[in-house]
This record gives sequence, structure tokens and C-alpha cells, in this order.
Amino acid sequence: MQKNKINRLLVANRGEIACRIIRSASEMGIETTVIYSQCDNDSLAVRLADNAVEIGPSPASKSYLDIQAIVNVALDNDIDAIHPGYGFLAENAQFAQAVEDAGKLFIGPSSRTIRLMGDKLAAREIAREAGVPIAEGSQSRLDSLEEMCTTAKEAGYPVLIKASAGGGGRGIRVANNQEELKCLAPQARAEAQAAFGDGTLFVEKYIPQARHVEVQILGDGNRVIHCYERECSLQRRRQKVWEEAPALILTDEIREKICASAVTLAGHVNYRGAGTVEFLYDEGTEEFYFLEMNTRIQVEHPVTEMVCGLDLIREMIWIAQGNPLRLEQGEIRIHGHAIECRINAENPHRDFMPSPGIAESVTFPAGPGIRFDTMLFSGCNIPPYYDSMIGKLVVWDDSREAALARLRRALSELAVEGIHTTKSLHQALAEDDDVVALNIHTGFLEQWLRQRPVTTDRHIM
Amino acid sequence: MTTKTVLSPLPGIFYRKPTPDDLPYKDEGNPCEAGDVIGLVEVMKSFHEVKSDVAGTVVRFLVNDEEAVVAGQPLMEVEE
Repeated sequence: MQKNKINRLLVANRGEIACRIIRSASEMGIETTVIYSQCDNDSLAVRLADNAVEIGPSPASKSYLDIQAIVNVALDNDIDAIHPGYGFLAENAQFAQAVEDAGKLFIGPSSRTIRLMGDKLAAREIAREAGVPIAEGSQSRLDSLEEMCTTAKEAGYPVLIKASAGGGGRGIRVANNQEELKCLAPQARAEAQAAFGDGTLFVEKYIPQARHVEVQILGDGNRVIHCYERECSLQRRRQKVWEEAPALILTDEIREKICASAVTLAGHVNYRGAGTVEFLYDEGTEEFYFLEMNTRIQVEHPVTEMVCGLDLIREMIWIAQGNPLRLEQGEIRIHGHAIECRINAENPHRDFMPSPGIAESVTFPAGPGIRFDTMLFSGCNIPPYYDSMIGKLVVWDDSREAALARLRRALSELAVEGIHTTKSLHQALAEDDDVVALNIHTGFLEQWLRQRPVTTDRHIM
Repeated sequence: MTTKTVLSPLPGIFYRKPTPDDLPYKDEGNPCEAGDVIGLVEVMKSFHEVKSDVAGTVVRFLVNDEEAVVAGQPLMEVEE
């Protein structure tokens, strides 16, 4: 592949990830342009970028999801490459295709790879072909309820009903027996058809109390390396809340196996760019099972950057320019421990009610081992139109115990006035005996929240 | 007879229908009980039902379907 030097980069996203991408590009001497919607006209990303172009009205469907409008900005501004960030169009094969067709570089894998991995049933088949362990379940698309019942019986209840076009935890249901499966499957199919335009379902054995372990990989189309793993078991409504690297529950032997599996899978599709292979890990049996592959930079990538001493956005840009990977596997080493807390504009004392508005005054934590990736500044507007995540507090230290102490200190320094945030949830988690002992699983946080009475007393939360 | 208004509890986008293909929750002239759902507000990618706190007959809507609203904005008039 010939080298395509990127001189001008378009950031097709908003919020903290737009700022994150602008910062890396700027360090590489690349001129940055960011798109913004009406309500984001004075955002931090707009302030940080060299250029900013208004793309449309505030609702995402009329701005950050408008493929043609974004491609037009790239064409009108002599842009070389587009970084999609995460969310919005980051895993939209049609968008990647439109960027390719416009003769611009899409910073990520090819539209073909995105399409392949976006079909969760197809991804399961690729994993099977590559010899990567998958949970028992469907071998192919299940058209009839009878086929689903047979597959579920073979796998053993409880099972998960998943939409092939879903992913990221969307549209998943648990069936504990055949009766429930018969009742839930038609609903799931109708919902998947409405949400994704594709009602294809599959079933998979449900592993209770599993941990979410995922492996960061980098590929250049020929060679794939891994940057070790993250544990993201603390989740609410299948959304990650707190992430760590490395996953200390793994023995070195299993760590090598799970990372090798991720490399094999990505190698099987000649993966190019940064990606994440997600697994469920069953602590009891020490088995892991492929969940899905995400073909984008992930929200929680900073914990990997902290322990590996890398800039993954820089590597993505490097690869997109047609270069081979800069690093050999042996050069990637884990040093210390990192924890990320997602700070959301939500009120944890009122069932996580969203809390948009003006962040009148913001005080950032600082000092050794602290990184705060955010779009916040004092007086900034947090609009109601988009995701509630407003910052990611990341701490690093040489051990998990020290990182937890540093996290408690950093959380106590963080102050956001004017809107509610999930800071107090993280403070409570950082003090919790089970969290401190790493005695957690993907259902842990919801159980933990149910055991706490609804209260407005921030000291009880 | 007095006219009362139902206010939006949240800022966001107001929807009069459960999905784009459905009929509106309430139309002008419909009866309305306290606790009836009159619409949805989408805020930060989550949907919240707006329930009437008054009973009577729907007189008119003060915002359109899919219009941006602020917290406390009057959405619907009800004649008691």
C-alpha cells in the first residue's frame, strides 16, 4: 500500500472524543477541522480545532448522522481523511463507503470489514472459523420459532436472544425457559426490525455472573498485534460505567490465550486499524467466549494507553496513512494499573435522570497519574440532544490498590456545579468492599444499585 | 371551567406519538385523566413519559411533535 500523507483531518464527532482526536492530530502536525451542530457552536472541540464547520440543526439525525453533509464538508474543505470517533457513524459501513467513494481516507477498517463485523451472527461465524471460542448457540440465522427452541434446548437455558444487527448490548433479552423464549422472540424480532431494519435473531447460552473482558488490537491489513486487555464488568443497562486495565482476574496463561484469540480473529479478516474484541469470561470454568468485535476506537481506550504507554489515536492515523504497524508485539508491555470512571450528566439519586444544562463552574482533578478526558469547561453548555457522558476520569498508578487511592483523591477534587453528575456513584464504588476486592461481574452494579434505597442524601449513595 | 396546562418535566425533544407510525397519545377534544401519558420527552438518548397532572378535556397542544422543549415549558392545555 502506498503512503498517503494526511495534512488535513476532519473530525466527524463531538464531545470529549472530538477533543481527544484533535489533540493527537495536532501533535502530529495535522490541520484539524471539526463539524458541529447548532447547539455545539461554542463547544470545546470547536475551540480546540483549527477550523470548525456547522453541519446542521441540533438533533443528531440532522447533523452528526448526516452522511452526505459530512462528505460535502470533506470535499469543500480539501480534507484528506475523516476520523469518526465512537458512536454516531463510527461503525456505519455506508458512511465508510461514502468516504471511500469520495476519495477520502476513512480512519478505521474498510467498509467491508465494518459490514462483516456489524452483522453479529456473521461475526460469530468468523470466530468459529478462526477457532475462537464462542458460547453455545445458533450456527446460522434462525427463521422459525421451532428452530430457536431446538437450539436453545441444545445450548441449555437460560439463553440470550440477540439481534444480529444489534450489538453494544442493544435489543438483548434473557429467556429462562421455552415458554419465555416463545413469548420474547416475536417481540425481539419486531423490535430489531424497527430499530435496525433487520429482524434476524440468534440465541446464545447465557453465562450468569460472567465478567466482560476485551482485548485492544491494532492491525495494518497484514499484521495484527494486541495491546492487552481491559475489564469492563461494571455496567448499568449494558452500558459500561467503570473500566480497568489490565484485567487482574486473569492468570498470565489465560491472558496470553485470550489476547492470542483476539489477534487470530482480527488476522482472519486482515484487520486494518484499531479494534476491540469483546469476550465474556467465566471465572468458575476459566473459559472465555467471543461476544463481538467493535471496529472503532472505544470510549475506554485511555486505560490501555495508560498501562501500555501508547497513543492509540496516533497509531490509527499512522495506519490510515498506509504505514505498517510501528510496533512489534514484544514492544507492548503492561506497566502498573489504570482505572477509568465515566462521568455522566445524570442524577444517580433520581434513577440516573439525565441532567443537561450549563456547567456553571468546573474544577478538574490534577497531579500525578491523573488524566481527565472531557468536553467540560466552566460555563459550557451540555445539550439534551446527545449522550450523557461528559468526561472520563482516568487514573494510573503502579498497583491497583494505589490506583484506587489515587482515584478516591481525584474524585474528591472533581467539582461540577450547575448540573448533576455521576461522581458520587463512583465515590461509593471506589469505597465498596466488593469493588475493592474486584469481586464483580456484569450484573453486579445493577444488583448493587437495587440494594440501595432511593435517597437524596449524597453520603448514603 | 378553568384551563390548566401540563408542563414538560425535562428539557429535550417532545414527541406526541409512541413511535413515528403510531397515533398520537392525545388529540384535541380527547378526555384526559390525571396520570394519562400525553407524550414522550427524549433527553440524552433516553425517553421519558410525560403524564398529565390534571383531568379534563384536551383543548390544544402548545408545541408541535418533535419540537425542542425546555423544562417547565407548557405542552398542552386541558379544560377541567
